[in-house]
Amino acid sequence: MADQEHEWILRLGDDALVLAQRLSEWCSHGPALEEDIALSNIALDLLGQARALLTLAGQREGLGRDEDALAYFRTDREFRNALLVELPNGDFGDTIVRQMLFDQFAVLRYEALASQTVDLELAAIAAKALKEVRYHAAHSAQWVVRLGDGTEESHRRVQESLNMLWPYTAELFEDDAVSKACNEAGVLPLNASFTARWTEQVRAILEEATLTCPESTALLTGGRSGRHTEHLSYMLAEMQVLQRTYPGAEW
Amino acid sequence: MTQEMDLNQRFEAYIASDQKIEAKDWMPDAYRKTLIRQISQHAHSEIIGMQPEGNWITRAPSLKRKSILLAKVQDEAGHGLYLYSAAETLGISRDEMLNALHTGKSKYSSIFNYPTLAWADIGAIGWLVDGAAIMNQVPLCKCSYGPYARAMVRVCKEESFHQRQGFEIMLNLSNGKPEQKEMAQDALNRWWWPSLMMFGPNDASSKHSEQNMRWKIKRFSNDELRQRFVDMTVPQAELLGLTVPDPDLNWNEATGHYDFGPINWSEFEQVVAGNGPCNRERIETRVTAHENGAWVRDAAAAYAAKSAERAASQTSAA
Repeated sequence: MADQEHEWILRLGDDALVLAQRLSEWCSHGPALEEDIALSNIALDLLGQARALLTLAGQREGLGRDEDALAYFRTDREFRNALLVELPNGDFGDTIVRQMLFDQFAVLRYEALASQTVDLELAAIAAKALKEVRYHAAHSAQWVVRLGDGTEESHRRVQESLNMLWPYTAELFEDDAVSKACNEAGVLPLNASFTARWTEQVRAILEEATLTCPESTALLTGGRSGRHTEHLSYMLAEMQVLQRTYPGAEW
Repeated sequence: MTQEMDLNQRFEAYIASDQKIEAKDWMPDAYRKTLIRQISQHAHSEIIGMQPEGNWITRAPSLKRKSILLAKVQDEAGHGLYLYSAAETLGISRDEMLNALHTGKSKYSSIFNYPTLAWADIGAIGWLVDGAAIMNQVPLCKCSYGPYARAMVRVCKEESFHQRQGFEIMLNLSNGKPEQKEMAQDALNRWWWPSLMMFGPNDASSKHSEQNMRWKIKRFSNDELRQRFVDMTVPQAELLGLTVPDPDLNWNEATGHYDFGPINWSEFEQVVAGNGPCNRERIETRVTAHENGAWVRDAAAAYAAKSAERAASQTSAA
């Protein structure tokens, strides 16, 4: 169980870290100053979650790796995030649809983690994160509605974003030996158990946004076992450059 | 004409007695114009300043440094917001100000036309550039225009935190590996002189100074503030074990100040005129962000209009 647990927490931490890294790329490129601030703020929350989760993952692993060792000295094959969060930002529509799809999932996952009593440290991190992701979820849902029900152009663009991103969503609900072990330990229900509520909530947002929920059943997956898109390795090369160039330096 | 003279006399007397001018008070056109110019330039500097620092967010060398830098750059965006709002009280819109920035009609602080080539530049910007900005900005908390003065109180609190975090980065680098110390020295070499230029031309050749002093928009001269900055910063550089790149730098017992070498004003003029290393990129990045965001802003406006219409038709139906 200990191995599985560490692996499970890494998945949570990597989802947060990789998405934070992507969102921070928006800094000074946002569509309006207010939204620039909002995206940085969401990135900052996710980064805070990632730091707490990676620290805990490192402690559970017991090999003396801290948050930075895990963030800066793992290769792409060792990252455990879902593919959805590593995709390039694209335009603001792509970014905000990705965010909505992820936020709706993150709320459900943190709700479950915050209410279990098997792993209290994880429950405490989740309780704090839950407050943050609820705001993120409200923010991204509002934007999807505004863009979907805004102008013809925004409707067209954001529908395309949705069609492009949809095949990456099924990965969030997959289960494997790790998630099954966590479920048996009582830390977290199976990922599949979130599917119905997630689908219901996402459909409600898309309906209000006058967008069509894609019918695609394509499934792009691999992130949880370290088989990523071509994009992650570039992201890590940029993120890790100083630590890798000057190993052992304190910053 | 006499009425205007009365108003002007009253305005001058008000300022002389150290009272604040508020948005709805009468003010001379030139006072309004000069404030719009200064506050909007200040706001633009915050917004353009996000770029050189934002350049290192994705490469910050630890997760802690990444969150501090992200929070700092976000603060700068926040300063931009309140300063644009303060300028709006003078009867200009944010769109008009942004348009002036994008077309080059309105300036921003030239310091942001220098590149951030290494992580140490993030330390040097916090320590030197924010340090120089604080010297300039603390007196603005007492400036005669109320909305600007109040915005500056908050800006200065955050800037002083930024300055300390910049110094802390430099301290870590200076105490680090030889390559890190070298990186810190290189950053100081490149940012020192541009930081001194941030105080503007020498008093003898400063074109807005005199009137602004009389109106209490400005409280100290460019040269006075520059001297204070040098006096404060040189001992800090010594503490870091770094060398200020000025062979003429010397403590002057008689004046109680540091003497320092001549500033290369032709470089300053070149950068102000648009020929600095990053002028073109900074504006291009800003304009591209604005243009790429146009469909998003249009959508938000269209959605707001539709929602208002729906709300109105619901009320009339009820």
